[in-house]
Amino acid sequence: MTNHWIDIRNSDCILIMGSNAAENHPVSFKWVTEAMKKGGKLISVDPRFTRSSSKADFYAPLRSGTDIAFLGGMIKYILDNDKYFKEYVAQYTNASFIVSDSYSFHDGLFSGYDPATHKYDKSKWAFVKDADGIPKKDTTLQNPRCVFQLLKVHYSRYDLDKVSGVTGTSKQDLLKVYEMYSATGEKGKAGTIMYAMGWTQHTVGVQNIRCMAMIQLLLGNIGIAGGGVNALRGESNVQGSTDHCILYHIWPGYLKTPKASDATLAVYNKKYTPVTHDPLSANWWGNYPKYSVSLLKSFFGEKATAANDFGYSWLPKLDDGKSYSWLDLFDAMYRKEFTGFFAWGQNPACSGANANKTRNAMANLDWLVNVNIFDNETGSFWKGPGMDPRKIKTEVFFLPCAVSVEKEGSITNSGRWMQWRYQAANPPGEARSDGDMMIDLFRKIKWLYKRDVKKGKAAVFTEPIFNLKWDYTTNGIYDPHKVAKEINGYFLKDVTIKDKTFKKGDLVPSFAFLQADGSTSSANWLYCNSYTGNGNMAARRKREKSGIGLNLEWSWCWPVNRRIIYNRASVDLYGKPWDSERPVIQWDANAKGGAGGWVGDVPDGGWPPMLKPDGTINPKTKYPFIMKPEGHGRIFGPGLADGPFPEHYEALECPVEKNLFSSQLINPTAPTYSTSEDVYRTCDPRYPIVGTTYRVSEHWQTGVMTRWQPWLLETQPQLFVEMSNELAALKGIKNGEKVIVESARGKVEAVAVVTLRFHPFNIQGSVVHQVGLPYHYGWVHPKGGGDSANLLTPSTGDPNTRIPETKAFMVNVRKI
Amino acid sequence: MNGKAFFIDTTLCTGCRGCQIACKQWNQLPATKTENWGSYQNPKDLSFYTYKLIRFREFMGPDNKPVWYFYQDSCRHCVEPPCKETADEDVPDGIIVDSHSGAVLYTDKLKKAKGQAIVEACPYNIPRVEKGTGYMAKCTMCVDRVNSGLLPACVKTCPTGAMNFGDRDKMVALANERLAEVKARFPKAVVTGLDDLRLFHLLADAPEKYYEFASVERSPALMDRQMALKKIGRSLQELTREWNVLHKLAG
Repeated sequence: MTNHWIDIRNSDCILIMGSNAAENHPVSFKWVTEAMKKGGKLISVDPRFTRSSSKADFYAPLRSGTDIAFLGGMIKYILDNDKYFKEYVAQYTNASFIVSDSYSFHDGLFSGYDPATHKYDKSKWAFVKDADGIPKKDTTLQNPRCVFQLLKVHYSRYDLDKVSGVTGTSKQDLLKVYEMYSATGEKGKAGTIMYAMGWTQHTVGVQNIRCMAMIQLLLGNIGIAGGGVNALRGESNVQGSTDHCILYHIWPGYLKTPKASDATLAVYNKKYTPVTHDPLSANWWGNYPKYSVSLLKSFFGEKATAANDFGYSWLPKLDDGKSYSWLDLFDAMYRKEFTGFFAWGQNPACSGANANKTRNAMANLDWLVNVNIFDNETGSFWKGPGMDPRKIKTEVFFLPCAVSVEKEGSITNSGRWMQWRYQAANPPGEARSDGDMMIDLFRKIKWLYKRDVKKGKAAVFTEPIFNLKWDYTTNGIYDPHKVAKEINGYFLKDVTIKDKTFKKGDLVPSFAFLQADGSTSSANWLYCNSYTGNGNMAARRKREKSGIGLNLEWSWCWPVNRRIIYNRASVDLYGKPWDSERPVIQWDANAKGGAGGWVGDVPDGGWPPMLKPDGTINPKTKYPFIMKPEGHGRIFGPGLADGPFPEHYEALECPVEKNLFSSQLINPTAPTYSTSEDVYRTCDPRYPIVGTTYRVSEHWQTGVMTRWQPWLLETQPQLFVEMSNELAALKGIKNGEKVIVESARGKVEAVAVVTLRFHPFNIQGSVVHQVGLPYHYGWVHPKGGGDSANLLTPSTGDPNTRIPETKAFMVNVRKI
Repeated sequence: MNGKAFFIDTTLCTGCRGCQIACKQWNQLPATKTENWGSYQNPKDLSFYTYKLIRFREFMGPDNKPVWYFYQDSCRHCVEPPCKETADEDVPDGIIVDSHSGAVLYTDKLKKAKGQAIVEACPYNIPRVEKGTGYMAKCTMCVDRVNSGLLPACVKTCPTGAMNFGDRDKMVALANERLAEVKARFPKAVVTGLDDLRLFHLLADAPEKYYEFASVERSPALMDRQMALKKIGRSLQELTREWNVLHKLAG
């Protein structure tokens, strides 16, 4: 989230779309409730009327996979009706930037597309730069090649008839949503979006979110209280997991994983350190080498020196052009490209798309280590339905582990708040914490390498093993405080920086002090400031007495405890808040003994406001969007794999033959796979119904924890499929009857929940039905509870992230 | 009136079942074997092992959009409980009223009582009998927690503020305050139970839209007839159903 949970109570208009907050984040829904008590409005847009919809002031249905059409129509409405926040857009976004003549868009494709590789040459989308290399701008927004005018042209195609024909939403409902939400473009009004997997799990997932980010920039909703772009993370610590980069393409702190062609640290740092020539742009990523070198020092300690590139060559690199995402991993496993697998705290047999492919892939492994709390479909894959254990040679090790309340550590929530947690109970029996297991595992691995070397055996590439700094135990036991401090970072020698003196071994107070010369370490620059000489900031528990809910002394958030990011956009050019009732920061000219300073939230950089009181530019200022090299929020986004403007494409498996917006039916850059299990059927009469997957309040992820909990299972005992009365009548299906749901890849047995919360859609003049299933079930337990909905879903996903498209695919339903 | 009361603001309830499950956990009640019978509502009904149930109702609203109501069903802890009146006839002290909180409590002595008659005496269809033993059970108002200064488990768990609990007078005031606040958005909003119960529901709509027994007319005439009717073998529930139908017909 750019904002945080409590801040939602500050909103005047909350859009729940691509998520079902009341259902899946019930505790946080109380902040929505607080906003509504203060007069805020709630809009729910969802293919199905959900528990969130039941609380909304207005509900509009839309067909799964058509969010860009819906939002594109909103952009058109905002522009046509002058609802955008003019000063904000002109000054803080790249709406004024001039785009080079090599950019164009025609019939569903942006310029630079190579049909042979299915990739774009993004250099075609560059900005026009002046002699100093700074993007040329027209702040009157009139130049026909400026982003604002190109935006207008692009979304002029998203008229109500087309949008309605694609989404199945009535024009009346579209207008109502657009009207309600765009009212937040008014100065002093705040609109927020709460989204989750309903937006991300598509072949156009990233563009869905881009579209909303653009709307928020147009309406001036970024950086203000009650605004922002707010992802409801799907797991209580997945924010922590992405921050610390348990994903192949990033290093901790969202640094980039190097490619094989990034042969040296210098090459790597140069490639990923953006450069700006604009003195008013903070270009915070310009500090990249300080963060990458500090990370390497955390990994290798004293062994990392300038002479050996701080150990850069001891870390794995990605082959150029190759993707190693979840879908690619199981594809490689299926093709027998590797033989061992740790399924650590996850259940891929149920959680990944195309579950049959995943289950069959695991049968190719020599060994599998499943670390989990209960028996599950992954650890027991070899005795699952359709498996013959006699033919499977995979040796499976099940390591029982502690649950979150049985160990000490931190959890980072959707709002970036790192909250320290204590151990409340001992793990039962032989169950151990993950930290303990990793300590033991690495200890043994190191011992085995040493033994081989001693015996004169060829031990390949021992440096990463022998040189890894590994001092995270106290009395031989994993110590989360040592890890947390390492994450924060240390001074590795006595230094003086900015008139402050530090001793070797002191904790670094913030990332502003990290260095690129090897004198500091930090295992995650974003978290530098979380565990300092002042203590464990994540363990703080002081509530604010009054204010907008920032709670600056409750836990700690990144970066440097800034609760609302991009908050320099919450003020006008003089530093005065746009919203005087809910100010985030404001400039106080008398602060700091007359030098002036910001009060409120941690400012997004302490630089003074853009204009001095006399109306001239303050040379010491910086633009508000400090993480972009140009310092401006991106309405035109030249960095993504599938285009600088979101464009509606149908899901890879879709119910229509034509895309009303262009000849390009699907995302031209969407990845697909080619084993015999990778079957895709679009516009196939055998699978005419749109399928989607979702969750319920009472179960958690693939149900590994919750299906074994009798009180939870009592409330939601079995896999079900929700469908409309109309579809049920067509198929002769009665409410509560067991049915089969099938796709090109697999089938499941589910109980039919026939409900008026689903209605058929009118799409381009035809009736299109949609059904939905929760993905919480698996064959291990309970008997008769049903299996995973992911047996139906396709192995395709977003071209930027490769998150699978589990929210829109094609199925059929029939009586048993 | 002293003692405690629940105030349930259904306009804030998201049907998450946190309360239903917290009740199971605090009372260490077993989970029963259930099937999905075509609804999120599970178990299907209250039982000896389920003291609290969220009832789901859906229908198309006047603007042709779906409406989905969640109704929290559990013992209303009547100020003058008809179940106790009936039980007192043959098993004195089978049902007692806690003087501090006003909680209506079932004891082991009810094993000897005429369970079915007690069930039928309740206008809200709450009491349940254990098959085979004859013991009876229902919500206890978490009287053990309450008399130690804690909130009932369901109230403690509720994430949205739908569930409230405290001194009865304060809950009456809160209910009326919330009613006033929601009237603009929900012109048909009502609060049930203020006169004679220790559990008030704020409903956004007519009670019968939520649940058959969401509102029960309990006029004095009805109460007197209760005894007479029992002799003819008709239950107060049947009477309630008829009353609601007549009420509806009369407009």
